[in-house]
Amino acid sequence: MAYSDKVLDHYSNPRNVGSLDKNSPDVGTGLVGAPECGDVMKLQIKVNPQTNVIEEAKFKTFGCGSAIASSSLATEWVKGKTVDEALSIKNTEIVKELSLPPVKIHCSVLAEDAIRAAIHDWKKKKGVEEPVTATSQASH
Amino acid sequence: MKLPIYMDYHATTPVDPRVLEAMLPFFTEHFGNAASRNHAFGWEAEEAVEKARKQVADLIGANAKEIIFTSGATESNNLAIKGVAEMYREKGNHVITAVTEHKAVIDTCKKLEKLGGRVTYLPVQKDGLVDLEDLKRAIDDKTILVTIMAANNEIGVLQPWAEIGKLCHERGVIFHSDATQAVGKVPIDVVKQNIDLMSISAHKMYGPKGVGALYVRRKNPRVQISPIIDGGGHERGMRSGTLNVPGIAGLGKACAIANEEMPKESCRLAGMRNRLRDKIMGRLDEVYINGSMEHRLPGNLNISFAYVEGESLLMGINDVAVSSGSACTSATLEPSYVLKALGTGDDLAHSSIRFGIGRFNTDAEIDYVADRVSETVERLRELSPLYEMAKEGVDLKSVKWAAE
Repeated sequence: MAYSDKVLDHYSNPRNVGSLDKNSPDVGTGLVGAPECGDVMKLQIKVNPQTNVIEEAKFKTFGCGSAIASSSLATEWVKGKTVDEALSIKNTEIVKELSLPPVKIHCSVLAEDAIRAAIHDWKKKKGVEEPVTATSQASH
Repeated sequence: MKLPIYMDYHATTPVDPRVLEAMLPFFTEHFGNAASRNHAFGWEAEEAVEKARKQVADLIGANAKEIIFTSGATESNNLAIKGVAEMYREKGNHVITAVTEHKAVIDTCKKLEKLGGRVTYLPVQKDGLVDLEDLKRAIDDKTILVTIMAANNEIGVLQPWAEIGKLCHERGVIFHSDATQAVGKVPIDVVKQNIDLMSISAHKMYGPKGVGALYVRRKNPRVQISPIIDGGGHERGMRSGTLNVPGIAGLGKACAIANEEMPKESCRLAGMRNRLRDKIMGRLDEVYINGSMEHRLPGNLNISFAYVEGESLLMGINDVAVSSGSACTSATLEPSYVLKALGTGDDLAHSSIRFGIGRFNTDAEIDYVADRVSETVERLRELSPLYEMAKEGVDLKSVKWAAE
């Protein structure tokens, strides 16, 4: 299978790899997917408590190149956005940006889920109750 | 060293130049139909076919009359299994195979089930080997055929054919073996090993694609099969269709070369394989070999790299041609059923790489591949949340993952 240049670029030079302190009140952590399914994404955001702007985002992904690229792109896109703006990111936009083939659409879905899961975790810490929207959230 | 490096010899092999040379005259100069009985063109073709038949037979301890040429091992497997099922349907309708067989066997058996046959799919042990006690128990008075492969295409594990063959003969059951990966790689003697039917492929042993053979035992016991392709009655009525003379000449030459060079070559391949294993395992932790190391093809290495997904690893070593058991690399989006049958968790099945080392690989290539794989695994582990969690002491098995 041929990969798009953008997937290759994110795979070779992934943006924002790493971890934030998951115990910090300003950090939201999303961990989605399952090892048995071949994809696990951890996406973390650090939110400015005054402005609700996502100041930092980090990810780590176990998965194929498209999964790595989708989560790398997701961290780029959420940075600088407010939490509400980040929630409006759709997997279809990731598909388009990375030119993912149909068999890789689930990678983009997982990245969207990871964003939602991270935001959900942050909101929970803040005491803001929100219905869970992520469908594939994993928990310890 | 030339890039990319080919290390996927279980998928296919390049044609050995000596094989190509043996084939070429039969395309243009000696192009006759081997079935043309009354002119020189036909005689030359027939002579080439009979020479090849002898070369194939010599490699496996058979008689030339016991070799039927086909289009490849998939056809040979179909012919053996369906051919026995039809020929012996008065005697019984039960076939025994194993869960780790190639799809050409599994799906043929499934077809038999659809047609009213009964099939037992034996499990395998953790090392990939069939348990002979399981086989013993599975044989009943309706069993007509046991079909167990010689060497597995993913993990290279060699089944105990001699014991299986002996058991089958004691119980009066025909034994077929898909020996696609084993022929020319490890010594085979169909008489000593009590094999009744055996599938052979040319392109896995430095011959051309599109040609193979089926060994059909002629005595003790005499095995009969119904054809699945009807027509002009070629190959003693078992496989109609004009013979692929250049291909057959190539298969014969490939067998002759293997017969001569196997002892030396298998040592060399096993040496390179062990070198690859030792270099990778010396550098990386949490690396697991899939399948028995003791009962294994010399050129095969199948390893799972924990916390790293196989397709992403292949992407990182894009100048090396290998295969993965990851779902992402399969048409079905399921991880390898062979690895699952060994009890390997789905997570490790997704993380597996199959190295197939062959005739034209070099030590320098082995070293290059070991380095490339190791550095890519290290890089991807830095990217892996699972590796991070494992290092933090989280038991990944205790994490409640939501299914996708």
